[in-house]
Amino acid sequence: MKLRAGSRLERVLAAGHFAVTVEVGPPQGPDAEVIRRKAELLRGLADAYNVTDNQTAVVRMSSIAGARLLLEAGLEPVMQMTCRDRNRIALQSDLLGASALGIKNCLCLSGDHQKASASGKLKGHPGAKNVYDVDSIQLLAILKGLRDQAVQSSGDPIEQPSPFFIGAAWTPLATPEAFRTLRLAKKIEAGADFIQTQAVFDVPRFAAAVAKARAMGLCDRVAILAGIIVPRSARMLRYLNERVPGVEVPEDLIRRMEAAPQPATEGKRIAKETIKAVRVIPGIRGVHLQAIENEAVLPEIIHSADLLPRPEVKM
Amino acid sequence: MIIAEWKPIPELVRKLSGHRRILLAGCACCVAECAAGGEREVETLAPLLRLALSVEGHPLEIVTRTVERQCEWEFVEELAEIIPKVEAVLSLACGIGVQAVAERFPEITVFPGVNTTSLALREEPGLWTARCQACGDCVLGETFGLCPVARCAKSLQNGPCGGTRKNGKCELDENVDCVWNLIVERAAKRGQLESLLRIREPKNWSNSFHGGPQRMLREDLRP
Repeated sequence: MKLRAGSRLERVLAAGHFAVTVEVGPPQGPDAEVIRRKAELLRGLADAYNVTDNQTAVVRMSSIAGARLLLEAGLEPVMQMTCRDRNRIALQSDLLGASALGIKNCLCLSGDHQKASASGKLKGHPGAKNVYDVDSIQLLAILKGLRDQAVQSSGDPIEQPSPFFIGAAWTPLATPEAFRTLRLAKKIEAGADFIQTQAVFDVPRFAAAVAKARAMGLCDRVAILAGIIVPRSARMLRYLNERVPGVEVPEDLIRRMEAAPQPATEGKRIAKETIKAVRVIPGIRGVHLQAIENEAVLPEIIHSADLLPRPEVKM
Repeated sequence: MIIAEWKPIPELVRKLSGHRRILLAGCACCVAECAAGGEREVETLAPLLRLALSVEGHPLEIVTRTVERQCEWEFVEELAEIIPKVEAVLSLACGIGVQAVAERFPEITVFPGVNTTSLALREEPGLWTARCQACGDCVLGETFGLCPVARCAKSLQNGPCGGTRKNGKCELDENVDCVWNLIVERAAKRGQLESLLRIREPKNWSNSFHGGPQRMLREDLRP
């Protein structure tokens, strides 16, 4: 089989394995040790590790630098890239740079609006000017052009192709639900090779959305990794359900968490059960785990969900 | 129409303190329609400013005048007689009007009294919503008459981000519709949802500000 970028994640999926990716949030500071410590904690647990790009518009170490630090530690990164902060010139320049640094997976996102940065204790940068020159679907097409035709968005050539295994996000349960499968189809058409979904808690509704995508033939064209957020408390679940669009948490799951004597333990159990439940949905090819600045819980969850050892693939 | 809103009174007080006599100039066009800078607003703001400045120990004489349009030379000319009699102008016109007055009377300082914010539609009394961003590359024909540039927080071109609330509002503001949700609804009602499957290419932003300051020349209308 001809590989598009030859990343470990691509090889794992191409070999038919159930893939595991986990999220690694970069620090709000310049200390490379933070990334290295997370790398040690998570080594061997996943096929690739997502490095977020200033998520919630909060300033953090860049995803390119974080991804390179992971590479140096021997872990394969998925570099996230948003359209919020860079125009098509900067996006393409950073992609060429990332490619030169050995980064092979890139997840294309619109990015959280800068207004989101002012929340909790943070002042953030709500007065910042955003860019949004292109959107996430146009960014996917840019990556595909750089890889398959060695051309820029304008049509001008680049000297060599820039090989990326191209990722996109999917929020199947957000309003307008009828359009979400079509939007997934657009992302695949634009260039997506793999998909990481918004967090799944309502498995039946998620499975129904995937079935719809499958009926359209989309699951044959893209590898969908179901998003899993490890919940820590009933309050967190309620927040996700009410405040984060596209995250649907069934009421009985919230009640179960409320009744749990040790919510943290129960949260890990819920994550494990969800992984097992999505694993059997036809069309789901892996999971993407987010512990949101609580990565220490991941080894136990991944182990107990029977996802270890991660497959060996020939690089 | 062009929408503007009063600057905060303390900001105006800081700018005006030290002056003894100013002209508060209104404009009877857009800013009057959006209740920010018409004659009524001029006559409302003048006593407020007088009071605020006098409390601060800077009593100020304010002359008021509202012209038909501060963005047209012939109406700006009506201010020529008053300008020599004041130390500064506080204009409640949009940014265009402020610049026209400053250009016609370069000898005097013209302060903006409003912030110009958007091109909007009056949806109902007391409610204006942004509808156009003068992007220079209009796509309304393909988005069922709803503008994703001005009405989507991220100006997305290919459908909604993951941040549409259950009730169809934008995650950034519970009072603002997700325009892509509206586009999808309208397309579905017309039975044309499939038309939104077409991938829209990156926009050409160069016809507007991003192409540099714009200048429109019509030879057929030149003197």
